[in-house]
Amino acid sequence: MTERNRIGGELLPWIVTLAWIFAILFGLMLLVSAPFGTAIQGFLDGAFGGRRFAFLMATLSRATLIVGMALSVMLSFRAGLFNIGGEGQLVAGGLVSALVAVLLPGPPLLVLAVAMLAGMAAGAVWALLAGILQIYVGVPLLVGSLLLNFPIRYIASYLVAHPFRDVESGMVQSHLAPQGTWLPYFPGVRLDIGILFIVATSIFAIVYSYTTVHGYHSRMNGLSGDFARAVGLPVRRLTLQTLAMSGAIAGLVGAIAVFGIHHRYIDGMLVQPLYAWTGIIAVLLVGMIPWLVPLSGFFFAAIQTGAAGMERAAGVPKEIALVMQAVIILFVASRVSGALLQGTRKGEDDGA
Amino acid sequence: MLDLFADASFLASIPRFVTPILLAALGGAICERAGVFNIGLEGMMLTGAFFAVLGAYFGGSPYLGALAAILAGMAMGAIFAEFNVRRGGDAIVVSIAINLLAAGITTFLLRAIFDVAGAFRDPAIAGFRPIHIPAIADIPVIGPILSGQSILFYLALALVIALHVFFARHRLGLRIRAAGENPAALTAGGVSPQRVRLAALLMCGALCGLAGAQLSIANVNLFVENMSAGRGWIAVVAVLLTRGRPLPLFLIALLFGAVDSLSFRVQGFGLPQQFTDMMPYLATLVVLTILSWVRLKRSA
Repeated sequence: MTERNRIGGELLPWIVTLAWIFAILFGLMLLVSAPFGTAIQGFLDGAFGGRRFAFLMATLSRATLIVGMALSVMLSFRAGLFNIGGEGQLVAGGLVSALVAVLLPGPPLLVLAVAMLAGMAAGAVWALLAGILQIYVGVPLLVGSLLLNFPIRYIASYLVAHPFRDVESGMVQSHLAPQGTWLPYFPGVRLDIGILFIVATSIFAIVYSYTTVHGYHSRMNGLSGDFARAVGLPVRRLTLQTLAMSGAIAGLVGAIAVFGIHHRYIDGMLVQPLYAWTGIIAVLLVGMIPWLVPLSGFFFAAIQTGAAGMERAAGVPKEIALVMQAVIILFVASRVSGALLQGTRKGEDDGA
Repeated sequence: MLDLFADASFLASIPRFVTPILLAALGGAICERAGVFNIGLEGMMLTGAFFAVLGAYFGGSPYLGALAAILAGMAMGAIFAEFNVRRGGDAIVVSIAINLLAAGITTFLLRAIFDVAGAFRDPAIAGFRPIHIPAIADIPVIGPILSGQSILFYLALALVIALHVFFARHRLGLRIRAAGENPAALTAGGVSPQRVRLAALLMCGALCGLAGAQLSIANVNLFVENMSAGRGWIAVVAVLLTRGRPLPLFLIALLFGAVDSLSFRVQGFGLPQQFTDMMPYLATLVVLTILSWVRLKRSA
């Protein structure tokens, strides 16, 4: 079941897959009678072009958040933990870090550090909640983690709509964080340094997965929980630690979105762009192989900003990006990652 | 506080919230029994909601709307079957893709066909009218619940019984259960579990499509982006809790739907909307927690 044999051995199905994806794309564009040439030009420009590469920076900025969410779920998935509550953990992190920055007085850099750590802690707590429900109560992680997305979404919405609302702005959002806490841009371009945090997280995730004992144990637990238990691994503790790490990364992503882009918490800012779900499919696309995750995260970010460019240039609704993502994951992930996920749903496979 | 619950307009609203959850959950139950772990109910429901409006708008009849919703739901079921059953993709992965596909295709078509973003409302959307049953309408408490509902509610009630009998007696129902419990025996009996699962997914899609139709052309007469708003997930929980048995499923859906309508109801009492919106999900979590806890204790 090595993924290399699967990919290298069969080239033809991949060509067929690509053909299907393009056929669907063109079909949808025909439906809105968009000029193909303009649309494709608009796509490339929207994803990589613009004056002084403004759109490429937008793609990188979006990729930062998607890759972050992807790394978060990847750590869980590789440990056999189907944590699809990344959205809730992301919201918890963004909300808490924004509120800390608004409420806590002090030197900006210290406030920023405390706020980011608080955001990570909030994400970890929200993930742990799902873990505790699974281990001690028997609620399947898949369902528990998902359902926990909803309360935090409404709690965040309530807090920025009532007690912490910036009333003067007229929008449902918190007050602005002090300017000193804003993540600076790289010189000359509109891209904040949040991406450096995610690069560091990527390196951490890759090193953790491939070289650390904890990462190895957690992966073993994912491949066979029974085996891990039989050789005496502390399975429950591994599960909770992995989930906490996963949630902390999601919380960090929330903090980066706050301090790098919006400088406050705006209702829906982390939910509507579907960062968490895009992160999940970015991981599934590459069969959970750590070093490929940043690439697939960038790929999906480019599809989204490219679709926005296609809308500007040729009037194709940008929601075409969602359709493309879904189609790609259907065709590709059903080929690659099916076997890898089997450990998460034991007893489902009937061999028929 | 008591008249909060006994009030006729509140009672009458319960079926409106129960019906979509129940229909989707019945669809999920068929998949569950067939051994297909389908968490794509949300997406199938959303697709149904959109195509119901499409059919009701261009066809000028809610029945054509419902038909379009059924066909669209079945199309999603067929896509699910193609990638899960035939190509062997993981059911969770396929489900996630189905949910994203539904979110994408409905908003894309909303803009491509109706040229609006966010919501589409138009007097030309022909919605279902409530059906009044003279003899029942006057009975206190259950009168307002059982009379004056959309035809889809009565259909859902009938389907609970029908599905119960279907699993117990009908040949396909038995085959669906065999596909879930012992596919090898089914194969030995000369029936392909894959075809049975395809049938299950098509039925599930049809029911989820109807669930969506209830949302968009029975409860209201419009389509809003993402209008299923998590109800498909609540249906998934209902299926998991009852392991796809129709009668307990009905009770759970009734409970979840009642909380959903109650949350609407208490909005008038000064509670912030965010808290009332949260109620169905909290109730689902609480019920899930209690039942899982009981199950865990019993098995320990």
